[in-house]
Amino acid sequence: MRPAPFEYFAPRTVEEALDLLGRHGDEAKLLAGGQSLVPMMNMRLVRPAVVIDLNRVAALGTVRADAGRLHLGALVRQHALERDGRVAAAAPLLAEAAPLIGHLQTRARGTIGGSLAHADPAAELPACMIALDAVFHLRSARAQRACSARDFFLGLLSTALEPDELLAGIEVPGMPAVRAGHGFAEVARRHGDFALVGACAALALDAGGVCRHARLVIFGAGDGPHPVRAAAALIGERPSAARLAEAGRAGAAEIDARADLHATAEYRRRVAAGLAARALQQAAARAEAA
Amino acid sequence: MTAGPGSARHDVTAIVNGAERRARVIPRLLLADLLREEWGLTGTHLGCEHGACGACTVLVDGEPTRSCLVFAVQVDGCRVDTVEGLAGAGPGLHPLQEAFRSRHALQCGFCTPGILMTLVAYLRLHPSPSETEIREALSGNLCRCTGYQHIVQAALDAAAAGRAAAPSA
Repeated sequence: MRPAPFEYFAPRTVEEALDLLGRHGDEAKLLAGGQSLVPMMNMRLVRPAVVIDLNRVAALGTVRADAGRLHLGALVRQHALERDGRVAAAAPLLAEAAPLIGHLQTRARGTIGGSLAHADPAAELPACMIALDAVFHLRSARAQRACSARDFFLGLLSTALEPDELLAGIEVPGMPAVRAGHGFAEVARRHGDFALVGACAALALDAGGVCRHARLVIFGAGDGPHPVRAAAALIGERPSAARLAEAGRAGAAEIDARADLHATAEYRRRVAAGLAARALQQAAARAEAA
Repeated sequence: MTAGPGSARHDVTAIVNGAERRARVIPRLLLADLLREEWGLTGTHLGCEHGACGACTVLVDGEPTRSCLVFAVQVDGCRVDTVEGLAGAGPGLHPLQEAFRSRHALQCGFCTPGILMTLVAYLRLHPSPSETEIREALSGNLCRCTGYQHIVQAALDAAAAGRAAAPSA
């Protein structure tokens, strides 16, 4: 299996990359880590006439933390989430989810922006970014705009990116309260496989132990990461185990679970309820201990 | 291939197993094919050709990388290490290879180069792994003969030998 011929460009700057993308638009593919794109090219499921390789755009590969906010260049490798202390400090959910993204070799090459722009419904990072209220910076030769993670993912392998737009950077805000905690749980056939179902949560409590901020996202179950609407009902309440289990069940009831070779829709819904509760309980325990 | 889009050649210069190598490649040439077909380094094996089996793992700038998912043109200016370079110039084997031999950690050997390169990179960062951690590190490498038991044992042996050789680690 070898890819069809393509013209290759390796820009050095974001501007150069955007200019190339503006000129070649629909017939071009941006190449980041290549861990999803190149398999599809090898199998000729994708045959771009032009490949714009971002790997030499140094400006896209930086990690920066200021005032509790984390700024990730789109080309930061996934393994940096496991290794970089600034990520663990500002967004521990990302550090915890990272070892579950693919395999060692995938994470060494695969990028954060690549995973987000690819928008596989079973991928960990899109769900985590929604749970963390991340903001994505999208750039084209025409303009630049900010898009919330929640509005970015439109469905199966589908995002808000226009054909001439590049996901340039990701901004992860700090948690809104002192006592904050996160939780993450997934089920996969083998370590590193795409999740059959997963859930992640972020909670913050006030000094009295009352929930002031709640995010719950279920992924792998449907066409994309699902931000659970029922999580909002936790705000103003004390997160008891029973209450969190109920929120998990409510979340699972919201999803449009798919059936495939690996699991039935019913299995996914049932497991989603359990994993969502587990992620919430983990988040609550951490917030209480913080 | 006749001249057309995608037939323009690009210069590649890389440090491969410590020595500089050059090539002129079309963009769609995979790193694995450059290593095997043009540079004769056939120790790197191609299994699935879409990033699932890990057999073609090499190190690019020290990081374990599936050479079926990287285009040759992308390694211009990089350091590439393959299984041929593991033992160095000496007559003996690399300690990890030695552990594989003494533990019978291979049968047909097809997956072995990829597993060795993955483990070399992993053990460098994690000198004292548990058995579970080794299994996780190898989750991206498929072996169809051994059932992994001996591979994991060999990796644990090699880690212990590495710690003994460098007590500070």
